Amino acid sequence: MKKLINQTPDRTFQVFLGLLPFVLLIVLYMVSSDARLEVNPNDKLLPSFSQIGDGLSRMALEPSKRTGDYVFWQDTASSLTRLGLGVLIAAAIGLFVGVITGALPLFTAWVSPLLTVVSLIPPLAILPILFIVFGLGELSKVVLIAIGITPFIARDIQRRTQEIPPEQLVKAQTLGANTSQILMRVVLPQILPKLIDAVRLSLGAGWLFLIAAEAVASTDGLGYRIFLVRRYMAMDVILPYVAWITVLAFFIDQGLKHLNKTLFPWNERA
Amino acid sequence: MSMIDSSAIEKTSDTPMLQVNKVWKTYGDNVVLEGLDVTVQQGEFVTLVGTSGCGKSTFLNMLLGTVEPSRGEILLDGKPIPNEPGADRGIVFQQYSVFPHMTVLENVVTSKGFQRKGFTGLLFGKARREAVKEALEILDQVGLSYAVDKYPHELSGGMKQRLAIAQALLGKPRILLLDEPFGALDPGIRADMHALVLKLWKEHKLTIFMVTHDLKEGFYLGTRLWVFDKLRHDEQAPQRFGAGIPYDLAVGQVDHDLYREIDDDIQPVPQQVA
Repeated sequence: MKKLINQTPDRTFQVFLGLLPFVLLIVLYMVSSDARLEVNPNDKLLPSFSQIGDGLSRMALEPSKRTGDYVFWQDTASSLTRLGLGVLIAAAIGLFVGVITGALPLFTAWVSPLLTVVSLIPPLAILPILFIVFGLGELSKVVLIAIGITPFIARDIQRRTQEIPPEQLVKAQTLGANTSQILMRVVLPQILPKLIDAVRLSLGAGWLFLIAAEAVASTDGLGYRIFLVRRYMAMDVILPYVAWITVLAFFIDQGLKHLNKTLFPWNERA
Repeated sequence: MSMIDSSAIEKTSDTPMLQVNKVWKTYGDNVVLEGLDVTVQQGEFVTLVGTSGCGKSTFLNMLLGTVEPSRGEILLDGKPIPNEPGADRGIVFQQYSVFPHMTVLENVVTSKGFQRKGFTGLLFGKARREAVKEALEILDQVGLSYAVDKYPHELSGGMKQRLAIAQALLGKPRILLLDEPFGALDPGIRADMHALVLKLWKEHKLTIFMVTHDLKEGFYLGTRLWVFDKLRHDEQAPQRFGAGIPYDLAVGQVDHDLYREIDDDIQPVPQQVA
């Protein structure tokens, strides 16, 4: 028998091990749900899968009686738009600030202390300020996401830029390159895959800020819906919504990972 | 000053190409180099050897422009050498010398683009076609024409260095600086690279400064060998005195005992005399 530290699962066993916790959780849920519904058929805490299916189809497949919208898809579109805009703005600003402060020591000295302080401000603490300044509309939610993750992306990009071997910058100069040529041709292309990595890491925080903003002031969105139906203890809606957010987050993350591989084949270190 | 007799050397004018006038480098109390005073003619191939931390890389970086002398001056073609890297001095480092996000061809074409003014140095149309043609020629010279579409991470260490040399050559620098370029390569590959460097040195009439740990390499490649070492020692304060160039040799005129003496001086002992 090998030592535990040397034991590796083969491919089949690996898949089995990976799926096992999911199966166990589902079984545990079904058993608990059945037990509670046995005692009280009107129990709302742990709805059965058929009840969840009913809840989901009510939201996703039937137009709302009040507005005529398909609520589930409306919520998804609103949330993804806000998240996408916020992340896009954060990525653009973070890339610019990060590359400039990472590559040009004068700007490092100028901007870095400010960036460090700004990144320590808890974004949710300034959500009321955003509501006061930008109103309760779309803008303040997008701004919250952007403010929340821009400092992280900027600092990450700054660090990645500083990690580019100085030999490359010197080499480019000996080939005649000026500052902008070095930034555009040597630094920027090597930073873009790092930017996608930084965005992947910051998406978790992005969802957090999105749902928080939607919970406080909104008229649609995945986070809004969850907090709205909480009042009726509608677990048959909350649970599929949470699962749906998880699925979205998973596919966005995988999509970005795939994008990175496709766009920057040189990025895989030998 | 120079006693070199080599057909590859052109003595174009009376003023030496490079003049090093009483150059010192100190960091606080730490003296790295003291009183360097040498001249180099166009076409010489100077190899710099010495122990680790003896200042030979510091000297190379002064030529490169990333380190400034504390005292004294270095003149290139009679003018003070610029205090930042520029197109008149080419460089090949031990590693990180090529751009990992560009193919082999793009690495060289980009070097061509960097010679132009502009925001990005991107080449289009006729300029790009000409740059590609020139790049393919130089890649052929260094033996990389079969790998033009590969990325650097797909190349071996020796191939990467060939690419780095091709880039540097395309810039037609006044002097070419090599900072332990073959230090990370296998011995067999290293022999190939030696042949390549000698070939290019003759064909392109280059003036080369090469830092190496390998004394044998220094003797084999150069027309002139500089040994960097401390001229004076203070046991109580080892940093009190910096290195000079106690041996400035025309290669080929050295006897066996002197080779052994230098070989014992510089550590680690690299190899036996062939």
